[in-house]
Amino acid sequence: MTEKRLKTGPDFTWRDIEVGNIVTEVGSAALRRTGDWRSQRPVVDREKCNKCGLCWLYCPDAAVELLEDGYYEPDPFYCKGCGICASVCPKEAITMIEEEEK
Amino acid sequence: MSKRIGLEASHAAAEAARMADVDVIAAYPITPQTHIPERLAEMVADGELNAAYMPVESEHSAMSACLGAAAVGARTFTATGGPGLEYMHNVLYVASSMRLPVIMTVANRALSAPLSIWGDHSDAMGSRDTGWIQVFCQNSQEAFDMTLWAFRVGEAPGVLFPVMVHLDGFHLTHVTEPVILPEQEEVDRFLPRFHYPFVLDPDKPTTHGAFGPPDIYSETKMAQEMALRKSKTVIIQGFEEFGDIFGRYYHPVEPYRTEEAKTLLLTMGSFSETAKIAIDIKQNKRESVGLINLRLWRPFPLEELRQAVKNAEILIVFDRCISFGGPGGPVSSEIRSALYNHKERPRVVSFIGGLGGRDMSVEDFEYVIDRGREVAEKGSQELFETVGIRGEVTDIRE
Repeated sequence: MTEKRLKTGPDFTWRDIEVGNIVTEVGSAALRRTGDWRSQRPVVDREKCNKCGLCWLYCPDAAVELLEDGYYEPDPFYCKGCGICASVCPKEAITMIEEEEK
Repeated sequence: MSKRIGLEASHAAAEAARMADVDVIAAYPITPQTHIPERLAEMVADGELNAAYMPVESEHSAMSACLGAAAVGARTFTATGGPGLEYMHNVLYVASSMRLPVIMTVANRALSAPLSIWGDHSDAMGSRDTGWIQVFCQNSQEAFDMTLWAFRVGEAPGVLFPVMVHLDGFHLTHVTEPVILPEQEEVDRFLPRFHYPFVLDPDKPTTHGAFGPPDIYSETKMAQEMALRKSKTVIIQGFEEFGDIFGRYYHPVEPYRTEEAKTLLLTMGSFSETAKIAIDIKQNKRESVGLINLRLWRPFPLEELRQAVKNAEILIVFDRCISFGGPGGPVSSEIRSALYNHKERPRVVSFIGGLGGRDMSVEDFEYVIDRGREVAEKGSQELFETVGIRGEVTDIRE
């Protein structure tokens, strides 16, 4: 897989825009950090988690990753802190905690 | 051999779409546009035109369906007018920003309230900044010619913009006039089959209509603006190629008997033909008056306009629209702006009339010329004058 690059930044001018703003690189949205407007973040308690995967299924942003050990972990790069994963978790294993002020 | 037949302007536009062999028509009926989609629906039902006809549930859906059709490379046509054009307003911007060459006839209609099905240019002016190429027609022949031309220009690889062809509601859409219809072979020569270069293709996936956050939106808009401005070259080339094949030559700005005329009247659409008769009468009386028919509305033909008016002392601009609370009719405001920074420029007088189907007679245009000259010579501070509106309108200064 070739390395993807976001088409933005000081050297990317109006002349570099594709006709009709078409994005020719598939999946480039993955490079855009969209988790930075989050005010709360989900924290998974592995003691309670039974690896059912409902958080992964319900996440509207596909921000929950399946890890190699079978547990699930929200990716803060994309997670917007909506709390749906915490809401659907049958084991109440996910807690939404306030993001600290930077 | 081309043939000359009596044809309603609406049917002339439909005939042009048929001869352009459109692939998709998505339209919703609204007076005074109805004869266009009705005729096309007949053609499709009778097998005269092999196209997908989509009777959608609204104008918003009509334009949305057209976007999809154009994005898979279909030659796409629709028609609307007045409130219908307003109802598809936000989708108009999507068509131009996504560079989808949808071709649309607009049967110009006034906007409510009060409810009016009759013609003026309020709808066209409301769509002024949507990024579409826009032209106005004077007669049925032009309704046919401009529709064909619109496909040629909108689909040109260096252009790829949607095009609106404006026909005055009723005053033009419902008028039957002689129209010269070309041979299919001539049309095919002028309008080769279109190959949209960015067609949606599962084998070569691209993202169309992605979102544009603040770090990129400004650049996308500037790219669009520069492309629309650049399209004027192809617009003029298209007029020339059209003339070379069909023998009728059109121009962004069309002067009529303007040689050495000190006063010029500027009109758009079918009213230009009435105004020409007023000019003839005035010139027979040895008055120094000429007419400018503004055909191309977007992109605005600044250079051509400046050239056309450079020797005039007075320029009277006739608008069929009120810009509520603004500095005059929208066309006259724009022309004032276009000329303001130029040393040699005529005094611009703004006239508003012909609203919601109110007729403008030859005598009305004679009045506009006389009164316009008087106002310009007196140096009136009024922002605009009116014609054919009962009751004196004065003190429009701020």
